[in-house]
Amino acid sequence: MANTTHADHAHDHHDHTPKGIKRWLYATNHKDIGTMYLVFACAMFFMGGAMALVIRLELFQPGLQFVDPGFFNSMTTMHALLMIFGAVMPAWTGLANWMVPMQIGAPDMALPRLNNFSFWLLPFAFTMLLLTLFVPGGSPAGGWTLYPPLSLQAGDSFPLTIFAIHLMGISSILGAINVVVTIMNMRAPGMGLLNMPLFCWTWLITAYLLIAVMPVLAGAVTMLLTDHFFGTSFFSAAGGGDPVMFQHIFWFFGHPEVYILILPAFGVVSEIIPTFSRKPLFGYESMVYASASIAFLSFIVWAHHMFTVGMPLAGQLFFMLSTMLIAVPTGVKVFNWCATMWKGSISFETPMLFSLAFLFLFTIGGFSGLMLAIVPADFQYHDTYFVVAHFHYVLVPGAVFAIMAGVYYWLPKWCGRMYNEKLGKLHFWLSTIGVNVLFFPQHFLGLAGMPRRIPDYSTQFADWNMVSSIGAFIFGFSQLLFVYVVWNAVKSGAPAPQRPWDTARGLDWELPTPAPYHSWETPPDAQAVARGVGH
Amino acid sequence: MINKARKTLPALAALALGVAPLAAHADWGGLNMPVGVTELSKQIYSLHMTIFWWCVAIGVFVFGWMIWSLVAFRHSKGAKADTTIVHSTKAEIIWTVIPVVILVIMAIPAARTLIAIEDTRNTELTIKVTGYQWKWQYEYLDDGISFFSSLDRASNEARQLQSGIDPASVQDYLLNVDNPLVVPEDTKVRVLLTAQDVIHAWWVPDFGMKKDAIPGFINELWFKVDAGKTGTYRGQCAELCGRDHGFMPVVVEVLSKADYAAWVARQKAAKAPAETAPAEAAPAEAAPAEPTVAQAATSVPARKG
Repeated sequence: MANTTHADHAHDHHDHTPKGIKRWLYATNHKDIGTMYLVFACAMFFMGGAMALVIRLELFQPGLQFVDPGFFNSMTTMHALLMIFGAVMPAWTGLANWMVPMQIGAPDMALPRLNNFSFWLLPFAFTMLLLTLFVPGGSPAGGWTLYPPLSLQAGDSFPLTIFAIHLMGISSILGAINVVVTIMNMRAPGMGLLNMPLFCWTWLITAYLLIAVMPVLAGAVTMLLTDHFFGTSFFSAAGGGDPVMFQHIFWFFGHPEVYILILPAFGVVSEIIPTFSRKPLFGYESMVYASASIAFLSFIVWAHHMFTVGMPLAGQLFFMLSTMLIAVPTGVKVFNWCATMWKGSISFETPMLFSLAFLFLFTIGGFSGLMLAIVPADFQYHDTYFVVAHFHYVLVPGAVFAIMAGVYYWLPKWCGRMYNEKLGKLHFWLSTIGVNVLFFPQHFLGLAGMPRRIPDYSTQFADWNMVSSIGAFIFGFSQLLFVYVVWNAVKSGAPAPQRPWDTARGLDWELPTPAPYHSWETPPDAQAVARGVGH
Repeated sequence: MINKARKTLPALAALALGVAPLAAHADWGGLNMPVGVTELSKQIYSLHMTIFWWCVAIGVFVFGWMIWSLVAFRHSKGAKADTTIVHSTKAEIIWTVIPVVILVIMAIPAARTLIAIEDTRNTELTIKVTGYQWKWQYEYLDDGISFFSSLDRASNEARQLQSGIDPASVQDYLLNVDNPLVVPEDTKVRVLLTAQDVIHAWWVPDFGMKKDAIPGFINELWFKVDAGKTGTYRGQCAELCGRDHGFMPVVVEVLSKADYAAWVARQKAAKAPAETAPAEAAPAEAAPAEPTVAQAATSVPARKG
């Protein structure tokens, strides 16, 4: 507290950067907050990854060698919660913090103190969640979907988990409000909504999804809490409730959540592919409308996660058809990316390689998604490793690869230094080979009849599980290389030019390298805006 | 670019040839969904394969397009970008309409099968299945037969943490039970599903059917095993239900109609004198007639080794 008087005297020059721990605790700068989000996401990625490796270690061969089945269930549950809420969502918020003001020509986010608050909720939320590893009864083990009545059987971890989810939800909502307010109010003069870079567009849509569905999750988990402690019976048939009602509410949140994780990835890839194809994005407006359609459809497909609960025929038909419809706007996106590369001049730097892997492997995830939409077939696929393979294909080489592509792409602009291209490419190849060895065999396992979330399996599944586990270790450990490449670039990379990628377009590339602490203190001039929006 | 392809293709072919014999000899289990033994499972399998081949066809087109672009338009080979290609309403209409047509083509047979799945009229036998943590209870509502079905002893011993027992030495490891469900072939069987504690899911891949067993609610499904397809069919609980979720298999013994009638008679006879322990006594009675049932009933596989 004694230091505050000192700080008060230090506001004489505008670009003052606070030093030490205060810079981070009191951070209001979008870049500092963005960095904290990204570092936090990386930490959670490794923690969730370690849990995944515990799972794959136990599944390396049949029989129980390492962990108790209860602990195994905790690992699958915590892995999902950490990866979804701790790694991917904060990584996207971190990228939004860094890039949205730079791309729309603003000095900072519109609500800097709210920004600080929404970040600092997260370490507390995840400390609380991780503490459950040490409480009687262990971590939540009922799956990240928290289906009652099973989730109500949790021990002391239960209230900690619920409150942690509440904090994560508040953090996401505040972050989303900040993005909406920034984009709606702080665009540079001359930049209309349909001139914005696609990353801003997909994030804007994501932000609306977050604001719409995070309160739904909060409501669902609060009802669980009162069922557990206050004798309500929202989800207990014995008291007139319905356990399936929880699943409907949960997936009303859960399906838009899937697009919350993937829409910003569409944005990043839509920036990178044109740059390295040396051609503007094909069909910009249809990309925007396709993203909006996907977001709208995501609200009316939720029950495809729960076809086996026993729904009326009309309901099953409706959710089958609406789910199949999603393939149309998603197809438009994939075709647009292909058309962007067509007759381009393509080079293969690390961000492009990750984007191309995204394009191939996300499409494979899309195919298995289409198969899962066929209700009668879904009765066979449901809750098997086929589903596990499907959603990991869209989330790992989908969302996670796009995050990494974005980091490699913008890192030179952020820190003014280039990463090591050779090591970046090595990281790419190890990751891509690892991720396919890890997840492709899981399609076979699921079709052959292996249910998900089991710690041990019949011997007929042994070989592909072993292959999958080997892939998991290759993929997991090669991510250490990612950290090294980024660290090495920040500390001792070669100085980056003002335009590290010669054909990158957008206001983010009009800024000096490294980007100044307060991005656009004066609005960019009309020429800069025009250069950026040339689609 | 052709030179490079000439170098790569033989390498890929060699790799494929190298892997093929390996795959042929190793026990990789099934790679695909079982066709199954019921009319519905066959319809589902054919839907699965149809949508799979549609995906392959679209994949060949999309991936072909991508790979062609990546090979033909390389910056390193001096490709010049044609920056005028930024929009084409015609192309966008085409790649919106064609997927819609494919989806409609797929949706029609899928809807037809779904309607058949939901048609539970004219069933000939009704069995109530109740999920417990972690076993199944089977009740034959018309015949008053009722018993529990849990993981067999050999699997249960081997699956303990660091048991030291090689799972490969246990027959049908984790897919065997003490008392299997017994049903007749060529009979439309209605299964009523519920649960006592948490949600479970009853699944036999060869029957094509999976449905949740939800406490406080009754779900139903039906299956009709084709005539001549007697035998043992195995599945597992498919909804996370707690610590031992992985250890509550579903085993169904399909008998000929005559054998089934004999089995029912024996169950009833066994129940009459020994009122005190019907569930225990019931399956043992089946021993002389049906070797497969006998093996399941005695728990520790006699044929082992």
